[in-house]
Order: sequence, then C-alpha cells, then structure tokens
Amino acid sequence: MSLAEPHVISNIVVALLLAGAVAIFATARRSDLWRQAGRELIRRRPIAIVTITLFVCVALLDSVAWVGGGAGGGNALEQSRPRSVIDRMFAPDFKEKSYSAPLADVEFYGGADLTHPGSHLLGTDILGRDVLQLTLKGARVALLIGGLTSLIVIPLALLMGISAGYFGGRIDDIVFFVVSTLASIPTLLLLIALIMALGHGPVQVCVAMGVTGWVGFCRIVRGETFKLRELDYVQAARALGVSEVGIILRHILPNLMHLVVITFVLLFSGLVLSEAILSYLGIGINGSWGQMIDQARDELARDPIIWWNLVAASTALFALILSVNFVGDAVRDILDPKTLGERR
Amino acid sequence: MLAYIVRRTAYGFVVVLGVLLLLFALFFLYAEPIEMARRAVGEKAPPEVLEQWVVNHGYDKPTWWNAESPADTMLVDHFRSMLTFDFGRSDADDSPILERIRTGMGPSLALTLPIFTFGVLLGVGLSLFVAYFRETYIDRMGVVLCVLGMSLSILLYIIGGQFLIGKTLRWFPISGFDTSPAVVLRFLALPVLVGLVEGLGGSVRFYRTVFIEETGRDYVRTARAKGCGDGRIMARHVLHNAMIPILTRVVVSIPFLFTGSLLLESFFGIPGLGSMMVDAIHGNDFATLRAMVYIGALLFIVAQILTDIAYTLVDPRVRLS
Repeated sequence: MSLAEPHVISNIVVALLLAGAVAIFATARRSDLWRQAGRELIRRRPIAIVTITLFVCVALLDSVAWVGGGAGGGNALEQSRPRSVIDRMFAPDFKEKSYSAPLADVEFYGGADLTHPGSHLLGTDILGRDVLQLTLKGARVALLIGGLTSLIVIPLALLMGISAGYFGGRIDDIVFFVVSTLASIPTLLLLIALIMALGHGPVQVCVAMGVTGWVGFCRIVRGETFKLRELDYVQAARALGVSEVGIILRHILPNLMHLVVITFVLLFSGLVLSEAILSYLGIGINGSWGQMIDQARDELARDPIIWWNLVAASTALFALILSVNFVGDAVRDILDPKTLGERR
Repeated sequence: MLAYIVRRTAYGFVVVLGVLLLLFALFFLYAEPIEMARRAVGEKAPPEVLEQWVVNHGYDKPTWWNAESPADTMLVDHFRSMLTFDFGRSDADDSPILERIRTGMGPSLALTLPIFTFGVLLGVGLSLFVAYFRETYIDRMGVVLCVLGMSLSILLYIIGGQFLIGKTLRWFPISGFDTSPAVVLRFLALPVLVGLVEGLGGSVRFYRTVFIEETGRDYVRTARAKGCGDGRIMARHVLHNAMIPILTRVVVSIPFLFTGSLLLESFFGIPGLGSMMVDAIHGNDFATLRAMVYIGALLFIVAQILTDIAYTLVDPRVRLS
C-alpha cells in the first residue's frame, strides 16, 4: 500500500482538517467571550446542534476508508476497493438488481426474490444500491462542499479584504476592481462558466464555488478593516512602533473573527443548495444528495411511483440545511455587537 | 451630479472590460480548442474534422499577438465580437447566437416578469404584515416559515409542484409552451407559482429585517407621539424610508428577468434563455455560454449603475457626500 493511493490521501486530509478544527476549538475555548457565545448557542439551538453533529460524525466515519479487512464474500474487485466505516456497517455486496421498496422481500418490478430480503430499510435505487447507505454517504459530500469551499473562501477574502482595507491606495483600487468585476457576473452564470472551463469533478466544483463565494465576504472584511484601522487602540499600537504585520495579526484579525464565524455558517447552506442546482445541470459532484434528487425526478413519473429515493435524499438535505440555517440565525444574533444588549 | 454619473458610467465600462478579460482567460486560455472540438463534434471524429471545426470557429488564431496582422488574434476577436454584440455561431449546432437570444427573450420574460412583479409585491406586503406584529407569535411563526422555505432546494419545489398540482390534482399541465396567449397562460401558471413560492422565504425575511430596523428609529417614535396609528406608520413612514434597501434588492434581480430561470425553464419546457443555457451546458457550447455570461454581466452592471444614480435621487445623504 503506497501513500499516493487516493483513499490514503483523503484519510490524511481528513486527519489534518480534524486536527485543525480541534486546534481552533481549543484556542476559542481559552477565550471567555467565545466560550460564553458557544454556551449561549447550545442553550438556544440544542436540536440543530445535535443534528449537525450527527451529520458531521457520519461524514467523518465515511471519510476513513481502508482496503480489505473482513469484507467476506464478494468478488476480487470488491475486495480490492477501499471501503469506509459506513460501508462496513452494511453487509458486503449489499446490492440488488434493481428497484425494491423499503423492507420489501421481492423486487419492485417483476417480483423476483431479493438477495437480502427485508433488510433494505429505505429500499434500493435503479442500480440496486441501498438507499440508506447512499444517503449516509451523501453527508460526506455535503460537508466536503461546505468545508473545502470555506477553506478557499475565508483565507482569500481575509487576505484581500484586510490588505485593501488596511493599506488602501493602489492595493485597494486593485482589490476593489477585481471584486467588482467578479461581483458583476450573476453568481450562477459565473459558477457555470468556471466549471465548464475548469472541468467537472469535486475539487473543480469547490474551487469554482470558492471563486464566486469570496467576493461578498471580502467586501465585508474590507469595510470592517477600514473602520478598525482608525480606532484608538490601533493608532496607539502604531505610535508604540508595532509593525504593520503585528498590528494586523494582533489587533485587526481577532476583531474580524466573529464575521468569519457568521459568514462560514451562512455560506455553508447556500453552497450545498447551489450544488443541488449544479447536479441538475449535470455538473455537480458524484454521490451528492442533489444528484440523488436529480435521478429521482423521473421516478415520480413512473406508475406506481418510486418515492423512497427522493424522500431519503431530500429529507437529509432539508434536515442539514434547516439546522445550519437555524444555527446561522442564532450565531448572528449572538455574535453581532448590535444585538448584544438584547441578550441580557 | 452629472460628473458623478459620468464617472460611475466610465467605471462601469472598465468593469465590463474586466469581465471580458476574465471570460477570455476562462474560455480561450484554459480550455483547449482541440478538446472543445472533440466534445462538440464527437469523441470518435477523425482528426481532419476536428481541425476543420477549430478553424471554422476561429480557435486556431494566435492567442495574444499576431506579428503579421496585429488585429487578427483571438483576444481582439473576442473583444470585438462581444463589444459589438456580434456573437457568431454556436459551437454545438452552428446556429446564430444573437438570433436565438432574440427569440428566447420573449418566453423568458413571460415567465420571469410575473414572478418578479408578484414576488416583490407579495414579499413587501407579507413582511410589512409580519413586521407589524413584531415580537408576537405571528412574527415568530413567520420567521420560522421563512427559514423552512429557504431550507428547501429549488429542485424540490419544482418536483413537488409538478407532482402535486400537475400530476395529482391536474389543475395545470405539467410542462410545455405555446405561441397563442390564451394557451400560454395555462402553461405558465404552474412555473410562475413555483417560482413565486420558492423565492418568498428569502425575500420576506430580508424585507422584515429591513422594516424591523427602521421601526427602531427616532422618527417612528415621533410619529407615534404625535398620534399616528401603527398601521399608518408602517405604510407611510417605515415603507418610505425602507425604499433604499428594497430598491437595491429589486434592481439587482432585474438581470435575471432576461437570463431567465435556468431550472424553471428547463423543467417546464419553456423555450427561453434559461433553456438555451442548459442546452449549452449539456452540449459543451462554449460560444453560447460566453455570450450568455457576458449579457448577464452587462445587464447586471447597467442595473448597478442605475441603482447608484437612483440612490442620489432618493436619498439626500448620498447626494451630499
């Protein structure tokens, strides 16, 4: 087994991301304000937080994959394919030939006996794959879309926004021009143009969403930095001889962090919903809920209709987006200084 | 005032040039011509056919600089064709692009104009209602409904609408289009309804925030102190002062009237610009995509300039600064 195998790389990336998240969490915990905000958030939105945690757990379990190890049965090809923890929760070769209704014993069309009668909780799709398994695996794709894109959007927007707002002048002119150019193309059109030019694939889609997504946040950061730059404590730091980089890291960046958190949460749901649209256009990410919904739209036209595929994917999508939206509202209320007074 | 308009327009033109440069980078530098030919003509086409396609569509010219005739490069061609609206022919089926845009605009407008008009009226009306009952159960219910509505994918609205109203209840046909106005109304009813409901959650929540912010201002207290009723305050004072954010949101969505709604048109079989885009995506038709993205951006830039000018007319504070 070499390090260059795709599933090994993906495992390492997940481990790094997890380590990063834990580090951020640990840093935030040390600050009293962030701890207070976190407690307030859990108090206000317990159900949404639990739902999101569940989705994250499923996604993480699906991200850790390895080859072999008690697959049992199956052919040689199945044996050599890496399977994630989620895959291992289901029996190996957990497939039928075609559609079967939830918990059915026979195939939906024709009524032939199933290989695994009565064990597909949400039925199977047109290729005979277990719908529950597919739905669970969709969580990883959704979090990949939100997570990877945010990793592009937030650093890019912070870098460009802070340099434009802090240094002003020529740098500000250039950043403002780039931002207004990108912002003047309707988002969906730019997204489509980018993906058509870059090519299809999960990384390309995330990069395209990153390019379209950082603009709005950059504007906010630029405006806020503009304000912060003039504040007394920044002036004092400058008078004391603190370097520009030092001022930015110590005095500007920490005061933008609440905006980063708010943006991340609000951006997330928009990204996952856009991916569903891209899936319909045939340029989305394989295995996403959007793709499942897209495949399911013909199934409603059949007679009798096949509903389990659509219901499973859309319920999962709806549950995740709804939780994120509710948390986003609460996060904005909690972290926005304007509404701080109302909390008490 | 005039100097401001001139300056703003000049900057808008510079942004248009920026957009064109970006499109050039995407569609000419990044995408390989021979690869585009293969996608358009077919995987198994013989090399001569592919090369002929590349020559026919002008993708064989030097990219930046042509020593023999400086005006004969892809860069110059790109800027010239875009700025003069001479979009040439489609990469997929050689049909003239401008002609197709002209014929597609009507059906697109027939779909998006009602959605736009009723959407704004209904959004502002409902949010005024919700904001009037702020901090009561009606308000809280309204907000929860909005968030619920925003959390559903547009795909589900369309699929659900077609299934429930089109297939089960049989009120309207599921999809299709016609040239005679009487028949078209029946075809448009369902997509307009779906588009309206889909956008309502987001807009009501947006306008509500605007109205709630305005009701906290001093002039509202003054109006109340002089004996104005709550309904009158909302309808007269708050609505007037909230015009700026409302205007911004309305103007910004005008370009989508022309580019149409990709998903709605394609699902409901309306032969507008949205369907044209979807076909272009499926057919790897880069020339059409380029023209559509350019037109979308152009409309957006014009709309933004008009908003900025409208601000100076509506709000004295902007005019003076």
